[in-house]
Amino acid sequence: MQVITSFQSRTVVMSNSDIDTDQIIPARFLTTTERTGLGKHLFSEWRYNADGTNNDAFILNTQEAEGCFVLVAGDNFGCGSSREHAPWSLIDFGFRAVISTSMADIFRSNALKNGLLPIVVSEEFHKNLLNNPGVKVTIDLEQCSVSVANGGTENFAINNFSHYCLMNGVDELGFLQQHLPQIEKFERRDA
Amino acid sequence: MSAKTLYEKIWEQHIVVEATDDHPAVLYVDLHLIHEVTSPQAFSMLRERGLPVRRPDLTLATPDHSTPTKAELLYAEIPAGPAREQIYTLLANCEEFGVPIYDLKSPMRGIVHVIGPEVGATQPGKTIVCGDSHTSTHGAFGALAFGIGTTEVGHVFATQTLLQSRSKTMQVNVKGELPPGVTAKDLILAIIGKIGVSGGTGHVIEYRGEAIRALNMDERMTVCNMSIEAGARAGLIAPDETTFNYLQGRALVPQGAEWHAALERWKELRTDEEANFDKSVDIDATQLVPMITYGTNPGMVMPVDGHVPALTGDKAYEQALTYMDLKPEQSLLGQKVDVVFVGSCTNSRISDLRAVATALKGRKVASNTQMLIVPGSQATKHEAEAEGLDTIFIAAGAQWRESGCSMCLGMNGDNVGRGEYSVSTSNRNFEGRQGVGARTLLASPVTAAAAAVEGCVADPRVVFAD
Ligand code: SF4
Repeated sequence: MQVITSFQSRTVVMSNSDIDTDQIIPARFLTTTERTGLGKHLFSEWRYNADGTNNDAFILNTQEAEGCFVLVAGDNFGCGSSREHAPWSLIDFGFRAVISTSMADIFRSNALKNGLLPIVVSEEFHKNLLNNPGVKVTIDLEQCSVSVANGGTENFAINNFSHYCLMNGVDELGFLQQHLPQIEKFERRDA
Repeated sequence: MSAKTLYEKIWEQHIVVEATDDHPAVLYVDLHLIHEVTSPQAFSMLRERGLPVRRPDLTLATPDHSTPTKAELLYAEIPAGPAREQIYTLLANCEEFGVPIYDLKSPMRGIVHVIGPEVGATQPGKTIVCGDSHTSTHGAFGALAFGIGTTEVGHVFATQTLLQSRSKTMQVNVKGELPPGVTAKDLILAIIGKIGVSGGTGHVIEYRGEAIRALNMDERMTVCNMSIEAGARAGLIAPDETTFNYLQGRALVPQGAEWHAALERWKELRTDEEANFDKSVDIDATQLVPMITYGTNPGMVMPVDGHVPALTGDKAYEQALTYMDLKPEQSLLGQKVDVVFVGSCTNSRISDLRAVATALKGRKVASNTQMLIVPGSQATKHEAEAEGLDTIFIAAGAQWRESGCSMCLGMNGDNVGRGEYSVSTSNRNFEGRQGVGARTLLASPVTAAAAAVEGCVADPRVVFAD
C-alpha cells in the first residue's frame, strides 16, 4: 500500500445525502474477480446515458472535475452493501479522500484498508465545502487536518492503528499474524 | 460485576487481544460464510502470500449472488461471461483451499444467510461474519453477526480473527402485539422509517419487547436482516425457547449431552436488567400498519395507504421522486406494478412462502404483472414443494425458481426493466438495485401478493379481507 502523508487537490462536490454503494458501483459490475479496473464503472448509473454515452451534465464528466481527487459528498456516504468494490472504484478513478459529515461503518472501514481517506467533518465546515465546489483543500494525514484555501482548518479523527498503517504503507494482516500464538491459545479455551 | 448487554457479553467472550490506544481489539470469528462475489480477491491475496485458509472447518461457502435461478441455466449451462467465471472461481478456490461448499447441485445450496441457520451453523453466542452486509440476519439467533469487506475476508481466512472496535449499543423496544395483517417486514420498515437510514450507524441494535418475543425465527431474521438498512452493522435478538426449538436437531447443532451443555450457555445470553444502552427507541406495535417504500432508500417508507410526502427542498428527495416518477402527496394505491418479486434473504423462507400461498390460493396474478417467487434455499424449495405451495404459485400464474439472490440485485440475469415498477420483498430500493432504471417498492410478502393479484399497489387488508 502507498504511503500517504499530505496532499492538495481541488474538490468535486456531490451534495446528495445517502449516496449508497449501488450508486457508487452497481451490482452488475461486481462479477469481476479482480480489484482493479473498476474506475470506469464508478457512479455508472449517473455518469452514462441509457445508450452508453457520457451524461455531460454529471459532475464527474465536466471540466471542473478534471484533476480533482477529493470528493465532497452529502451525509451518510457509502451506505448499503459491504462491497469493497466501492472504495476500489473510487480509487481506480483517482479519488484519494472522501469528505462528508458521516459515513457508513463498513464503507469507512473498507476505505481505510485501501488508502482512501474517509474524512468526517463538522456540519459548518462541510457547508463551506458544499458552497465552494472546486475549492483547493490540503489534507495532512500526519496532523489529521484538512484546510480549505478560502480559510478554515479542521481536524478529523482516524483511529491510531489505521493512521499508523496509512502513514507507513503497511496493512493490518501482519499485525494479526503476529498474534497467532494468542489466537491458538484462544482456540484451546474450550478444549 | 457490572450489568452487561447481550452485545457486550458476546463481544467479551471473543476477545483474543484487548484493544489499546494503539490498536483495536482482535476478535475471534466462529463462523465465516463466503460467496462468489466478495471472496475471489481474498483468495488471490492468500495465494500471493502463500497462506492457507487457517480454519476451513469454520468456513462455509455457497454460490448465490450471481447464480442463475432458472433450472435450465443452473443445471445445464450457465451462460458464458463474468458471472459464470466468478462462480467457477469460487468452486475452484474452495477445492484448492479445502473450504466446504454447498455447490451448484447441492440440495443444501441457497442464499448464504438462509442456509446458515437452516443447517444449524448459525448458533447463539457465535461471532459470524461474511463479505455481505446482510450478515446481520444471523443476529436473530443471538449471534454477533456482521458484514465485512473483502480485505477482512482475507484476514479471517488467514487468522480467523478481525481487528474490530467496540460498537455502541442501541435498543429498539417493541411493545404490544402486531395487529392482524401486519408482518415483521412492516415492523422493520417502520423502525427504519423512524430512526432513518443512518440512525443506527456505529451501533449494534438489540430488538426487545413482547412483539419481538412473539415472532417466529423466520420473522426475527427478517427484522435483523434489515438492521443494516438503518445503518447498524448488526442486529441482535436474545435467544429463547423459540430459538432453541428451531435449532434442535439441525445438522450442525450439537446433539445429546452437548446440546444440553449448549442450552445452558445459550440461556445466559441476554441483556442484564440493569444494563445500559447508548440509545433507546420505543415502538408501539399496536399502531403499526402494512408499509411500502416510495423512494430510493429504505427510510423513504410510508403506510401502504398513505401519501408520498411533500417536497422539502431537499435535492436528494426530489431526485428520488424523479427517479421513481412519483408525485409529491400522491397515493400509491392503484399505481401499476410490472413485476412482483418474492424472495431475497429478507423474505424467502418457508413462512414467507406459506403466507404468499395462502394469499394467492384460488386467485390469479394480474395480466399486466409478472410475478417471480424465488425460495431462499434448495431446502426451503423442497419443503415448499412437499406442502404443495409451488402448485398454488404456478396455478396463480407466478414463476417458481431455483434458490438464489435473484431480483434482489441485478447481477444474475433476473432483472426489473428500465422504468418498470416492482413491488419487492427484498431489502434495498436503491436506484438501479434491481436493474438499470428499475423502480423498486419494498414491502412485505403479503403486500407483494396483493400487488400481484391486483396488478397495482393495493392494501392487503382490503384485498384479502375475507
Ligand atoms: S438476497 Fe439480496 S441482500 Fe440478500 S445476500 Fe443476496 S443480494 Fe444480498
